[in-house]
This record gives sequence, C-alpha cells and structure tokens, in this order.
Amino acid sequence: MSKISASTFNPRDRFGDWWDGTNQLQRSIFRVVLIGFFYALPLLNNPIIDTPETSFTSVLFYPLIMFSLMAVGLNVVVGKSGILDLGYVAFFAIGAYTHALLSLHTGLNFWEIIPFAMGFAMLAGVILGLPALRLRGDYLAIITLGFGEIVRIVAINVDAIGGAAGITDIPGPTSFFGIEFTVMDPRPYYWLTLTLLLLVVWGVIRLSHRKPGRAWEAIREDEDVAEFMGVATLKYKLWAFIIGGAVGGLAGAVYASQIRSIQPELFTLNLSIMILACVVFGGMGNIWGVIVGAVLLGYIPEKLRFLSDYRIIFFGLLMVVMMNIRPNGLVPRKKREHVREKQK
Amino acid sequence: MDFSIIITNFWSLALDGIVVGAIYALVSLGYTLVYGVLRLINFAHSEIFMIGTMVVYFVVGLFGFTGYEDPLPLYKFIGLFLLFAVAAAAVSGLCAVILEFVAYRRLRNMGASRLSSLISAIGASFFLVEVFRKISDSKNLDFPRLINKDPFFTWGTLYLSADKILVIVGATIIFIILNAIIHKTKLGLGIRAVSQDERTSILMGVNVNKIISYTFLLGGVLAGVGSAFYMVFYETTKANVGFLVGISAFTAAVLGGIGNVKGALYGSFALGLIQQYTAAVLGYNWRDVVTFVILVFVLLVKPTGLFGEALQKARV
Repeated sequence: MSKISASTFNPRDRFGDWWDGTNQLQRSIFRVVLIGFFYALPLLNNPIIDTPETSFTSVLFYPLIMFSLMAVGLNVVVGKSGILDLGYVAFFAIGAYTHALLSLHTGLNFWEIIPFAMGFAMLAGVILGLPALRLRGDYLAIITLGFGEIVRIVAINVDAIGGAAGITDIPGPTSFFGIEFTVMDPRPYYWLTLTLLLLVVWGVIRLSHRKPGRAWEAIREDEDVAEFMGVATLKYKLWAFIIGGAVGGLAGAVYASQIRSIQPELFTLNLSIMILACVVFGGMGNIWGVIVGAVLLGYIPEKLRFLSDYRIIFFGLLMVVMMNIRPNGLVPRKKREHVREKQK
Repeated sequence: MDFSIIITNFWSLALDGIVVGAIYALVSLGYTLVYGVLRLINFAHSEIFMIGTMVVYFVVGLFGFTGYEDPLPLYKFIGLFLLFAVAAAAVSGLCAVILEFVAYRRLRNMGASRLSSLISAIGASFFLVEVFRKISDSKNLDFPRLINKDPFFTWGTLYLSADKILVIVGATIIFIILNAIIHKTKLGLGIRAVSQDERTSILMGVNVNKIISYTFLLGGVLAGVGSAFYMVFYETTKANVGFLVGISAFTAAVLGGIGNVKGALYGSFALGLIQQYTAAVLGYNWRDVVTFVILVFVLLVKPTGLFGEALQKARV
C-alpha cells in the first residue's frame, strides 16, 4: 500500500484512507458541511475567489456548475465505459432547444419540460447510439464528432426552430416554493443546478456500485473479454450513452431557461472539447475528480482573464500533456488492485 | 428539390466532383497510411492540411499580390505554384512528424490505451486550430487570383479552365509517384510490412518507430500538396478549414476501405461526385450533412469499405 502511494501521489487514495477510518457521524458531518459550503458559495463575498469582469455568482452558474453537471454526465460515457463521445454538446443543444420550443409553443412550464428535455436527449442517444456503438472506438469518436456538428448545422438551416438567429424570449422557470427565477440573479439557478448535480451524482454512484457499473468497468478495460464473460456490452454501452445524454439534456434545459435566448453558435464543437478536457484533466472515471476538473477548468480562465481568450489552446495542450504524463488525470479513480492490496 | 439541375449541369458537376475528389484524395491518403501502420485515426490530420493552406497563403503573401493584378502567364504561375506547393508540403510534413512525436510516440511506447491516443490527438488538433485562429484573427484569409480561370474550352455546360486542369494533372502525377514509393522503394516495403504485422516486422529488422515517422511525413506531404491545390481552386482559407475537408477526406477513406490506398482514391472521387450532385439538388448547406450520412451508412453497412482493408491482412 505504502509503496503504491509513494510511486504516484494520488489525492483520492489519501482521502480514501482517511475516509475509511471515519465513523458514520463524522461522515454525515463532513457531507453536511461540504454541501452546505457549496450552497453558501454565492453568498460569500470573498475577494480572493471573486472573478474580475464577470460577477462571481454568474461565473458560478456558468461555467462552474454547468461544466460540472455536464462533465459528470460525460464521465459516465467516457470515463466509466471508455466510449469516446466527441459530440456531447448535441445532447446539451437538444435539451436547450426542447425547453425553448416547448415553453414557447405549449403551455408547459420549466418543471414539466425537464422530463421531455431529458427524454428527447435520451431518444437522440438511442438513435445515435444503437448504430454507432456497434463500431470500434475511433469510428465511434468520429461519428459522434460529426453528430455534434450535424445537430448544429441542422439548427442553423431549419428556420422552423429559429435558424441561425436562434430563439429569443424563452421563459424562465416558474417560482419554486417562493424562490423567484429572474434574469438578473443567477443565484437561484446555481442552487437549482447544484441540487440537480447532487441528485445526478447520487444516481451515478448508486449505479456504478451495482451491476451496470461493473459492466461499464469491464467494457472499458477490455470489451472483448467483457463480451466473453457474458456482459451484454452493447446494452450497457447504450445505457451509458443514454444516461450521459439525459444529463446533457437536463443541463441544456436549465441553461436555456437561464440565458433566455439561444443560438446554434452556442453549441459548437469547442464546448464538447472543453467538457472532455474537464473529464480528462480531473480523472476519467472518478466522479469527484471530474467535478474538481470542471471547477478548475471553468474557474481558472475566468479568474485569469488573460487566459480566457486562449482557453481552447490551453485546454487542447492540457489534453496532450495530461495523456502523456498523467493519463489517469489529476484525481484518478480507485484501482481495484489497490483495494485488494489494502485488504491483505 | 430540382433534379433537372443535375441533367443540365451533369458534366460540369462531374468535372468539379473530380477536382474536389482529387483534393480529398490527397488528404484521405494521409488518414489511410497512418491508419495502416498505427490502426488509429489521426484526428489531427485535418490540421496538418490547414497548416498547409496557411503556408500557401503566407508564401504567396510574400510576393505582395493584392488580388487585383492581371493573371500571371502560365510559366510564371507554374513556377510560383511549385514554390508554394513545395513549401506547404515541407511544413506540413514536418508538422506531421512533430505531431507524431508529441502526441503519439510516448503514449505508444507506454502501451497506453487507444482512448489515450485519441484524446491526445484531439487535444493537439484543437490546440493547432486555436493557435491559427489567434494568428489569423478568426478571419477568412482570401487568396489572390493568380491564374486565369476563364474557361478555355466549352462543350455544352462543361467548362474546362486552367485551375481544374492543374489540379487533375498535378494530382495524377502525385498518385503515380506515391504508387512508386509504396510499391518500389524500401520505405514503401517497410510501410506495407508494418501495416500487415507490426510484431513480425520488428523481428524482420524493421525499425517501426522510424517507419511510423516516415508514414506521418508522407501523409503530411500529401496533405500539404493537397492544400496547395485547394488554395488554387477555392482561393480562401480559415483556421477551421480542416474540419470539413478532414471529415470529407475521412469519409472518403472509409468509403474506399480505410488502410487501402486504392480505396482512398476511388472513395475520394466517388465522394467528390456525390457531394457535387447532392449540393446542386439540396443546396450547399446540406452538403456536409449528406457526407456525414454517407459516413454513418458505410460504417454500418460495410465498415471495411468498398474495396476492403487491403494494406493489412486482418483487423487487429
């Protein structure tokens, strides 16, 4: 054990050791304090964490919490199951357009549209995934890459959904137990997204401790062997794709409800790549690492404004460097071998 | 939808399809050759092409053309073309070798997963696009008209002009040279050996790392030459020009059977023709959607492409 942690410093293992030594009460307190801290973040007025030019509360909503939510969704696909999806922005766009169109053309409010946004994104996941997931990784990557662009090109060229000008005057969510969602104040959206993020994280952790999680891990490590061992690889890959898509659709609906007007140009390939960089940087397959990655990569360009113009350059470089020096990311996932070692 | 446009413009669309196909072929050969030796799609290849177009723009800019001069006489134009084509080929080839060194070699020697190589190649691709977006200030870089593009021969709706002839003749010469390199030289033998069985070729004394570098060089040079033709034909470039050309060239490679040099050629011409006809009917905006649908369709129905994966025996 000591040998392993000496060779590569892994914050997750250090934390994991401490975590294993705590009792139920300590764990509950830790959770409550941590979650409480994140809920209180927009209320803190701290010059150290404040961002220049854009107000910190709006940075908290986009990119920080939005990136985190999308990165957790993409992590199910890329990190857990090893499927390289380069068109994740398509699901985000589908969610955003679903909210925009349904809220304008039907009487449904935001809360009623959420299931539709997730449902349409899942449907898109099935339509794309069922054929594409039969292919090998690199073909799949290029198909998803094309899919992301096609969704955008279709949105530009179909005038019925706004064409290149997009959709404006999208209604926001109706008030929720007295919390008003206004254009000026991004804080309620942050709290909403944080709540959704916690629900998604909880769901994904439950799933990854159960049969689907083990199947995803087996597929990621070696798909052929997994197939031989009786894992229905296509089924579980499709589920990973659908779940990731649903989270993307959810994020898109919330995003559209906050910014109130959407254009196809918001949903470019760059966004897919940024989310992928968050996943890769944080640690593929480890949900906490991915959130750390999303928060850091969302926050650094906002804090250091001179970086923000160069953020894609920086993100691209980061992906090459990370793969070369630390392929498992900043906070790598727990290794099964490591668990075994510790039990001895 | 107006299908009569296909009938009336049949031959001119066919000629354009062949010209575009020749440019795609030069790019898709890079995908196919690298796929042959590495079994990986080189995601950053489209950026190698983009760098070529930038070099062409830069070299021509050195001569101070404003775009309003009279077209150059043919011998001067050919001299200038050779100059910027060689420059583009050299820089693109060099960049491809550097790319292989930075984004692939260490990962390959570590025995990293395919996913890692893909991610590092995509990172490199985005890095290059954004660097050139900053350099070009996100503008479309327009290329001066250097050659008289008025048709010198007309037959019905078929217009033959000097630039189209240049692309077709030039590309044909390149294909003949490439064929000779692959089938007659020691380097070509090495590439074919590594494509067929990497492990056995190591045992036979092939320096695999060197062959892979040379393969990237060859792919980069071809993309550089392709970018010179592209600039003469389209006369504009931008930082993300590689994306659509890359997707089309990749589709062409898959259509012909990736890893198969002949397949890449036929696939490119087929795709060029299909694109011209569908763009004429559906409108230019839908051209890339059609390309993508073709890609998905081919991968689903016949993933080995029309001509099979011929460079290697079996898929690993």
